Amino acid sequence: MKILKTLLVTAAVSVALVANTAHAETKKIALVVKALGIGFFEAANKGAQEAAKELGDVEVIYTGPTSTTAEGQIEVINSLIAQKVDAIAVSANDTNALVPALKKAMDRGIKVISWDSGVAPEGRQMHLNPSSNPLIGNMIIKLAADNLPEGGDVAVLSATATSTNQNVWIEEMNKVLGNYQGINVVATVYGDDLADKSYRETQGLIQSYPDLKAIIAPTSVGIVAAAQAVTDAGKAGQINVTGLGLPSEMAGHVKSGASKSFAIWNPIDLGYSATMIAYDLIGGAEAKPGAELKMGRMGAVTLDDNNEGAMADPFVYDASNVEEFAKIF
Amino acid sequence: MKRLSGNREMLLVVAIVALVALIALRFPPFVTPGNLVNVYNDSSILIILALGQMAVILTRCIDLSMAAALALCGMAAAMVNAAMPGLPIPLLILIAMALGTVLGAFNGLLVWKLDIPPIVVTLGTLTIYRGLIFLLSGGAWINAHQMSPAFKALPRLNLLGFPVLSWLSLAMIAIMLLVMRRTPLGRAFFAVGGNPHAAVYTGIDVGRTRFLAYCLSGMLAGLSGYLWVSRYAVAYVDIAAGFELDIIAACVIGGVSIAGGIGSVAGTVLGALFLGVIKNALPVIDISPFAQMAISGTVIIVAVAVNARSEKRKGRVILKKAEATHG
Repeated sequence: MKILKTLLVTAAVSVALVANTAHAETKKIALVVKALGIGFFEAANKGAQEAAKELGDVEVIYTGPTSTTAEGQIEVINSLIAQKVDAIAVSANDTNALVPALKKAMDRGIKVISWDSGVAPEGRQMHLNPSSNPLIGNMIIKLAADNLPEGGDVAVLSATATSTNQNVWIEEMNKVLGNYQGINVVATVYGDDLADKSYRETQGLIQSYPDLKAIIAPTSVGIVAAAQAVTDAGKAGQINVTGLGLPSEMAGHVKSGASKSFAIWNPIDLGYSATMIAYDLIGGAEAKPGAELKMGRMGAVTLDDNNEGAMADPFVYDASNVEEFAKIF
Repeated sequence: MKRLSGNREMLLVVAIVALVALIALRFPPFVTPGNLVNVYNDSSILIILALGQMAVILTRCIDLSMAAALALCGMAAAMVNAAMPGLPIPLLILIAMALGTVLGAFNGLLVWKLDIPPIVVTLGTLTIYRGLIFLLSGGAWINAHQMSPAFKALPRLNLLGFPVLSWLSLAMIAIMLLVMRRTPLGRAFFAVGGNPHAAVYTGIDVGRTRFLAYCLSGMLAGLSGYLWVSRYAVAYVDIAAGFELDIIAACVIGGVSIAGGIGSVAGTVLGALFLGVIKNALPVIDISPFAQMAISGTVIIVAVAVNARSEKRKGRVILKKAEATHG
């Protein structure tokens, strides 16, 4: 009798225990950043926490080295492997150096993705780019066109004539130019990512094209210098300076009216999406070319032949939100 | 000698006028008074820096660290301003100039006391100063909205048709004219570069003179640091990257001999203006960016070639026989 009772109790307890663990098995997703204490990544963590809250059964471990070194990240990854996390989402300090550590993680069944700054394909299951060249190319002309309902002349202030990124974006921009009626791109000039040359090139544009309505600068040095030159020429409000820039660098120029809006990736969305994708992979989704992975409110990402995907259009910042983001990055 | 340098300055004036005329043919608005004021204003920082560089080159040295010192002082000024917006701007300028002088003195001491070749010293300090900016700022930018309105307004303030930036460069030209022509220090710069051995016999301390030249160039770099950051309303690690070459080019075009001892304030100012006109004209005359670099380079080489020719006539052979035996 006593034995039976003991057995019954034991059974009941173990059932309860098993049920309990099954119910509360939270998935641990590690968000590994280039270094702790950087506003951009703190913001990404904010997004990751948002995703965790939305998913419910996820714990986000936000971690990274104290300085932006690959060695520091390898240590962090090794300790995450020891903690038996379910997924690692990393913004890498080095494309190749992290590969062995991440391979080890994948061998133990940990899902590995990279985001923002990628890892070589053999060291991750997929890479999430903040955006894609066609999306950026379209966004920069859209930013100019949205403020020009009647059309008008716009000019491009790029970095150097040989910078790959800017050239690809401008090429993509020219492809979709036909969709924006009445927008004429009158010139492309190069400020070489030097403040003084960009400033001077902007002055040149203002002189050469009296009807200029907008300057598109897809470079963070150029956009700031152009905004300053437009302000100094007394044209703030008449010539809209837009393109790609960081909120902290552009806040003053948005306030002065020289720039109505500009774009860059949103780190919050990036951290959110990386977490969502990691969760999707833990849930059994497979990262292979052509696959669609779910990113919650950000929709889905389709992987290309290199298992890379683009999150979304660059995020637009204007007077309504620039102050808030200027504190972040 | 005097006649020769006079010729050279006339030549530069003619070249600048011809250049402006040529630009006007292609783009008439370039010669409106308002635009010419802009061009001068834009060249102001280069003029101030070139004057400092001139003093250094005159003593047979070179200062490759000027642009880095400018950036470091500019960043320091911007950070002080961001931290204490209430600090009066003139005081801030003095701080920037003092810091610049310290940086220049460091160069000068290495050249003077350790006798390291100036090109090596300043190549080293160029990197050190750039590195210091990173350490100081942590790689972060100081942006327009972090600077106080007064900080940004001063160089733009219009006095009698000219911005303060232009007035400052005019003041520096006047001071340098006075220093070079009317002070023992100015004469010492020429003496040390022209013939260091002879200078020693006249009681000039060659090392100390070079040290002072570096202090001067550092001080002007400090002043320019504030002006630069204020003008472009942004400070980051790479500001004025590569600008040391423009500064040296302005001196060379202006007839300052890299071998030391030859040069003038007027020539240097004209050299800087010449570069300024080209830099401001290229964007409006619609030339490909690759051609722009080639044009700037060609101008510098032509100037050096002209210099080399004029320097040949520098000495006079007084012992024909000795020259013959040396072969």
